[in-house]
Amino acid sequence: MIPAKFDYVRPSTVDEAVAALVAGGDDAKILGGGQSLMPVLRLRMGEPSVIVDTTRIDEMKGITDAGDAIVIGAGVTHDEVAKSPLVREHLALLAAATEHVADRQIRHRGTMGGAMAHADPAGDQPPVALAMGASFTIAGPGGRRTVPASEFFVDYFTTAVGPDEVLVSVSFPKHTGWSAHYEKLNRTAQAWAIVAAAATVRMDGGAIAEARIGLTNMGPGPIRATAVEQALVGASTMAAIAAAAEQAAEGTSPTEDIHADAEFRKHLARTLTKRAVAKAAGIS
Amino acid sequence: MQHINVTVDGTSYEAEVEPRTLLVHWLREGVGKVGTVVGCDTSNCGACTVLLDGRSVKSCSVLAVQADGCEVTTIQGLSTGDDWHPVQTAFKECHGLQCGYCTPGMVMAAVDLLNENPSPSEEEIRDGIHGNLCRCTGYHNIVKSVQYAAELMGGRK
Repeated sequence: MIPAKFDYVRPSTVDEAVAALVAGGDDAKILGGGQSLMPVLRLRMGEPSVIVDTTRIDEMKGITDAGDAIVIGAGVTHDEVAKSPLVREHLALLAAATEHVADRQIRHRGTMGGAMAHADPAGDQPPVALAMGASFTIAGPGGRRTVPASEFFVDYFTTAVGPDEVLVSVSFPKHTGWSAHYEKLNRTAQAWAIVAAAATVRMDGGAIAEARIGLTNMGPGPIRATAVEQALVGASTMAAIAAAAEQAAEGTSPTEDIHADAEFRKHLARTLTKRAVAKAAGIS
Repeated sequence: MQHINVTVDGTSYEAEVEPRTLLVHWLREGVGKVGTVVGCDTSNCGACTVLLDGRSVKSCSVLAVQADGCEVTTIQGLSTGDDWHPVQTAFKECHGLQCGYCTPGMVMAAVDLLNENPSPSEEEIRDGIHGNLCRCTGYHNIVKSVQYAAELMGGRK
């Protein structure tokens, strides 16, 4: 179908974008890469009166080395994130998860910031941001604020970004030398994750010294498996990893849908976490 | 209405478009590039794939106004006169199509993949075209076509 009519604004700065959102009221929506919003518009599941296109805002592009963190503009595409030498060197888990987003065409166009702000519970990057302790810079009429990942993801498709605010960038603490693996189960090509596990580990000798684990689609937002992280410290065998991964589903209340009931999702969380950690650690 | 200036298959076009116009609809109805087809309403099928500033995109998922100032290559811009693009030749030689509906998008996706990776493995080809659906072939001959295209373009053997 053809989208319903809307007014189109293409700001060139973040301040102009915020002004356009304020002027547009609650019915204004940001269009980044558009790979989530365009299908919504086409199917007329949403009919915003104003579209604010942020794709020409230079400040929201680019990946920069900020010393102990890598700062990624919200408008950087998935393709640019996955191939960035800075990301691959310091944020191996983000690169691994981003390679799994949709397909080439969508990765060429869709943006990391858009995926974060859309906050689909099956999205591949939110659990990475949560597990790695990322922080989000948000601009609004009152200026800018920084929100930790633990407070950014609020509920299904809901984040800390208000209707008159713009996600400008995401800062990820460097995890240099950490290895990573993203283990995703989906039924068909292009499909969203039924469940996925994001694991990154720092090895010391043959054992895991530190671990960060995020889970995709195990609740209304991403989940960090802190009990597993703690249990993995010192693990050097497959048996130790498997024992730690047994705690992956603890305290979760996963959604039930046609693809999986809650019990199956919990089983997947344990199994995929075990596989992701083993592959990240190089232990078999 | 928004004024746009887009280069399509090497020719510059100026137009007034409604902001809600999808790039694929403008290409077909505004520029006459009917080789680029619409296959679904869900961003899944990839039949409408074109190159936008050299990278593959699904033109149903981009607004025409977003292509303002950009360069678009459609399936109709691949050949030079009577000389087909090697990917087109390979699809013909390897019978990489049956009904042909997915072919414009499949060819554009393959061109984009080979631009980045001139000698992809079979697995890389299958991963590279997984944004494109074909309901006839089971993909077997499409993968063979991309492998042969890589050979024609000097990337293999």
